[in-house]
Amino acid sequence: MLDFPRWKVASIWAVLAVLCALAIPTFLPESMTANWPFQPSRVNKGLDLAGGSYLMLEADTQDLANTRIEALREQIQGTMRNGTPRILIGDISTRNNQISFMLRDPSQVDAARERLLGITGGGAGMTGQREWDIQVVDSSRFVLSPTQAGMNEAIKTAMEDATDVVRRRIDELGTREPTIVRQGDNRILVQVPGLQNPQALKDLLGKTARLEFKLVDTTATNPADLVKGIAPIGSQVLPYPGNPSGIPFIAVKRSVIISGDQLADSRQAFDQQTNQPNVQITFNAVGGNRFARVTQQNTGKPFAMIVDNKVISAPNINEPILGGNAVINGGFTVESANQLAIALRSGKLPVALKVIEESTVGPDLGADSIRAGILACSVAVALVIAFMFVTYGRFGLYANLAVVINVFVILGVLALIKGTLTLPGIAGFVLTIGTAVDANVLINERIREERRRGRSVVQAVELGYKEASRTIFEANMTHAISGIIMFILGSGPVKGFAVVLLIGIVTSVFTAVTFTRMLVAQWIRREKPKTINI
Amino acid sequence: MRLLKIVPDHTNIDFVSLRGWAFGLTLLLSLLAVGLTGVKGLNFGVDFVGGLMIEEKFASPPDQDKVRSVVDSLGVGEAALQQQGGPQTLVIRLPVQEGADEGATNAVVKKVETALGQAFPGATFSRYSTVSGKVSGELIRNGVLAVVLAVLGIGLFAIVRFEWQFGVSTIVAIVHDLLMTVGFFALTQFEFDLNIVAAVLTIIGYSINDKIVIDDRIRENMRRYRKMEMREIINLSVNETLPRTVMTSVTILLALVAMLALGGHVLRGFTAAMILGIVVGTYSSIYVSSSLLITLGLRAEPEGIDKPRRGGVDNAERVGPREG
Repeated sequence: MLDFPRWKVASIWAVLAVLCALAIPTFLPESMTANWPFQPSRVNKGLDLAGGSYLMLEADTQDLANTRIEALREQIQGTMRNGTPRILIGDISTRNNQISFMLRDPSQVDAARERLLGITGGGAGMTGQREWDIQVVDSSRFVLSPTQAGMNEAIKTAMEDATDVVRRRIDELGTREPTIVRQGDNRILVQVPGLQNPQALKDLLGKTARLEFKLVDTTATNPADLVKGIAPIGSQVLPYPGNPSGIPFIAVKRSVIISGDQLADSRQAFDQQTNQPNVQITFNAVGGNRFARVTQQNTGKPFAMIVDNKVISAPNINEPILGGNAVINGGFTVESANQLAIALRSGKLPVALKVIEESTVGPDLGADSIRAGILACSVAVALVIAFMFVTYGRFGLYANLAVVINVFVILGVLALIKGTLTLPGIAGFVLTIGTAVDANVLINERIREERRRGRSVVQAVELGYKEASRTIFEANMTHAISGIIMFILGSGPVKGFAVVLLIGIVTSVFTAVTFTRMLVAQWIRREKPKTINI
Repeated sequence: MRLLKIVPDHTNIDFVSLRGWAFGLTLLLSLLAVGLTGVKGLNFGVDFVGGLMIEEKFASPPDQDKVRSVVDSLGVGEAALQQQGGPQTLVIRLPVQEGADEGATNAVVKKVETALGQAFPGATFSRYSTVSGKVSGELIRNGVLAVVLAVLGIGLFAIVRFEWQFGVSTIVAIVHDLLMTVGFFALTQFEFDLNIVAAVLTIIGYSINDKIVIDDRIRENMRRYRKMEMREIINLSVNETLPRTVMTSVTILLALVAMLALGGHVLRGFTAAMILGIVVGTYSSIYVSSSLLITLGLRAEPEGIDKPRRGGVDNAERVGPREG
């Protein structure tokens, strides 16, 4: 038990030295480590310490369902009209999460079904499951409703894309080290440290940035109908807050002449005549050609520039636009124009995102918290050290050395796993300091007891460590159980606390038991004390 | 050098005889805690009820009535004010905004900030958080689930490692600790938020840690002194581990008091909960859980105790009776 061969001593010191060394970069200013040949991993400060914003975004799955239905509606229209033979259908209704339409000629049911299977992925999509249920009612009416499997698959893909878009947009803001992770089925967690203006971030992420150009339906101008949302077949009424006519609505054709998918770039700029901020967009080659063609075909007609189903402006096409450039004017401020430009350039979100949880900590409070946390930690260590020393003398000293080393070891491990230190994490440190000495208290009390029972120094120390080790194992197991549960179920700060607690449990057993036993064993071998003061 | 001994050697306090009183007191306090929670309720943070929390730092201690009237005049719901940290810092809480789209809460934060900035020059916000009703529901569910799982998990651990009586008495003691903590929050009306759930889980872990140490000694003594009466074994074990129990509680309390006094206001409730939990947990280790073992009918030689268990004592008879 007290036999420590040289290699064992060396490896214990080596392990502790390495782990403590890992903690060092965390204390150095970043400018100092910037020139190092390798970038050391350091402990990240959590948002409550560094200041910054934490946002939980949730995808609006209803919005996604609507988008899918709208897309399928257009596909159905296309395939029925363009296929041979042409299949005539009535109006397509998209109510109650379903698509339904009537065939003009019931004898075409089989042909229509064949085409529907073609565009909905036939019997099996990518997942091997059907994405849409196709039903025929009254022998001529088709009803299509999304299957759960299809919807889940769509949500999954949309979330993957959305996470990319969110990352691109945040990168555009130029923030440092954002954390963007998918959570659960339909959530994205965003953490941005040190952000000064969370409002801009939220505005940016709240934009779907679905850009569409549609022709204005100039036949529908009756204000009463527009307000009620009544539009001719094949058209729809959209809000148009800046409408010069004063009515905040406008009727546009349903079919999209060109969409933001074909954008190559978008920039905030200024109108040359009025000096108003605007957004300049550039289409890619495909989009540019198409834009040239439609502007040629529709010269003289007004078209609507629509962002997220809201008309921004509806200018006349005065002449064909051939260069693939367009300008969106619409009463922007520099900031809002810039934001729209960023949003358009980073691509549209496949699904609308909503902020369901947010917390923002100002940088001053964070700095205060760090100062307070370090002070509290130092005082806690000092008090515990003094108390252990007056109670256990030399053995207390060994325990103290273990506690101090343990603090650095925990930091080292935290740096190694690139963990995040939060304010509750600091509390976890303080608590770990308290509980780490518990192991030494157990051992030392046991040694005291064995000495009282009349055992020799060596026997008492040996038994003390042996008997206490079992108790220490059991006691730490219970701690670990609650720590693991906190880690799994806790969110944000609670997780930070659990991480420190769990690391502390493992490292404190090593420092408080193995390391102090080595120190005690070396001392006994060296001094061969007949009696010990404990 | 003479070393400090908080608990003198060879204490021989008859804890078991005091258990009638202890049970009475425990029951009384527990009922009080439940009653208090029922009457006063808990001051839940925005984590659990949803809504908006803004911490504002003022240039000088503000007139709370004026702050309230400024916020109320915005028509964003009734504001609850609470001083935190120094007299210059005020936490303003507002209910969940109607028409739950993200714009609504953003607008409110902005409105409150501007209004306060105008009414109180030099006021700056330190932090704010908003939680929607949906998320707060999940947080409550996860919090409760975590506590229940922790209690069951650790109780199970105690049953596997020891006898069933240990598991039951441990769970009873933990429930007692939980009631006391919740009662404390009802009494003081400190904010009960997500961090407090972490505190509660830590208290559970610590409290059980304490009980396991005593249980472990009881088990060891049961093997060592096979002829001894159960109540004597328990008294002996609690007395033998008393120095350790007190030492550990004192060291942890020292560390926590440092945190409470110097660690900043954000974690004050958290640290206060832990301190209370340590005190209550120590009490319940000594009086509730070990004494309950007798009531539960733990026998000196239950079947299976002779089987060597993992980490068990292999040669129990190597020590003579305790002198003194």
